[in-house]
Amino acid sequence: MRNPRTGWLLLSPTLVILLIFGFIPFLYVLFVGFNEWNIFAAEDGLRFSGLDNFRRLVFDNDFTNSVQLTLKFATFAILSQIIFGFVLAQMLTRKFRGRSLFRVIHTFPLMVAPIAVGAIWRLLVIPGFGPVPFFLDRWFDLTYQIGSYPDQALWTSVIMDVWHWTPFVTLTMLAGLSAIPREPVEQAKVDGANRLQVFWYVTLPFLRPVLLTTVFIRIMDAIRTVDEVWMLAGGGPGTRFTGIYIWRVVFPRTDYGYGSSISLITLYLTIVLCWLLFIAISGRRKGEVE
Amino acid sequence: MSGGARRRVLRFFTTYGFWVFMTLLTLVPIWWMFVVSMRSRVELFSRPNLAISRIFLENYSNVLTDSTFQRYMTNSVVISTSNALLVMVLALLATFALSRYRLAGRDNIFFWLITNRMAPPAAFLLPLFIMFTRSFRLGDWTMYDTQIGLILLYCVFNLPFAIWLLKGVVDGIPIELDDAAMIDGAGLAGVLRHVIVPLAAPGLAVTGILSWIFAWNEYLFAANLTSVNARTITTALAEFVTVTGTNWGELAAMSVITLIPSAIIVIFAQRYIVMGLTFGAVKE
Repeated sequence: MRNPRTGWLLLSPTLVILLIFGFIPFLYVLFVGFNEWNIFAAEDGLRFSGLDNFRRLVFDNDFTNSVQLTLKFATFAILSQIIFGFVLAQMLTRKFRGRSLFRVIHTFPLMVAPIAVGAIWRLLVIPGFGPVPFFLDRWFDLTYQIGSYPDQALWTSVIMDVWHWTPFVTLTMLAGLSAIPREPVEQAKVDGANRLQVFWYVTLPFLRPVLLTTVFIRIMDAIRTVDEVWMLAGGGPGTRFTGIYIWRVVFPRTDYGYGSSISLITLYLTIVLCWLLFIAISGRRKGEVE
Repeated sequence: MSGGARRRVLRFFTTYGFWVFMTLLTLVPIWWMFVVSMRSRVELFSRPNLAISRIFLENYSNVLTDSTFQRYMTNSVVISTSNALLVMVLALLATFALSRYRLAGRDNIFFWLITNRMAPPAAFLLPLFIMFTRSFRLGDWTMYDTQIGLILLYCVFNLPFAIWLLKGVVDGIPIELDDAAMIDGAGLAGVLRHVIVPLAAPGLAVTGILSWIFAWNEYLFAANLTSVNARTITTALAEFVTVTGTNWGELAAMSVITLIPSAIIVIFAQRYIVMGLTFGAVKE
């Protein structure tokens, strides 16, 4: 009665779509990354060039700078999100009237389109009528202009990302916190542990899987950030992240081979970063057992 | 006794003080955008003022009567809705197959489906651009700049998450119910229609809503794989910033319009968002 063939038939539309729009493009990037291909070049078409693109990458200052900026952005944004998210989740475990209302409001930025988040922040920081430059100038005598100061542009991107994504961390942490059983916490208190010790030896180990999942998702998202930062600063100084650089190389410059190799390296870096983090966290755990 | 009471009062003030502050942090940027959307060009360039001085709707009427923007908005609605419906149907069929049939290597298939959502989209822009402009063509027709192109493409990130979300739901429906329906003479379509769909309805609704909002919010693919006919509302926002001077009031009005579906969804489906966004890894 349950013929596997019927099962495959039901599954086939999904498989076909994901194969065509997901898997084949990936193979294609893998292939083009080892070729030289620029529409404006004298010879048209692909030319196999082995590892040339990857050699070029290492000496490309624009690329190395973009990686450096992206990592700086991701590190500061994610660290702040984890800290704020944890504090907020802790505050949400208290019972008080209006808790769900505050939670709904806090969740709102998550559902806003990234491009609209960029627009919102751009309106805040525009020289001329944005309130941020105005009040910074008036209260702190500080000249704020993201078009001219790369550092300010980077920090504004970090703050915008924190505004946008902290709710996500709050929600996952809240889910993690509410899944922690009461007994170990009570037991630790009975044994005379102070708040910090309870947090460090009981809460944190229980939160570890959720924390890890959250950080992985955030790393993947932060490294590929394009939309909101593009809208905020238009690829100006201080915000030339790797995602934006890939787009620049592929579309305006039509340097397809090189763009593909950058994509591959970025994908590789993301995976390595997540893997190192995983090792670091699970390694510390081993040390604890001893 | 009074010490306890004092602590309670203190706790009350810290809790509410904290949350009022957080709410302001969340809402002030959005509020400012709303303020900008209610101002004329002249009013904007005076001293920043967070209060709305008068009801000024010209930005909204300009945007809403603009035929290009109307087309963008229609495209967004058509693409998001078709994508959400398609995802719901395909994901239901796929989860049913994965849950009820003994398929060779079904755990591997399941895992492969999930990995599709992890790759950075910027890496796929180039091959998709080439496929859309050169590979998929019928005579003069190419998939570039068509609604159907985006509808199918958005399945790549919506289907895996939908299947993940629905897998648990369909697994939870007892297989005896299917069998009972079959004994009563129902075919495959009958089982799906009278057993699976009604019981999986809440899960299906969440899947549909989240797929809709993901498609509505998407920018990078829409911006690079369309040019005129199939452009969406998010690309309109990005295009609006021009070198020769942007009409910030209209940009703000457009952003407010883009935000409306999100606001509605957050209010009504907030509980399910965590589950969807974390790919089911965290259940609330």
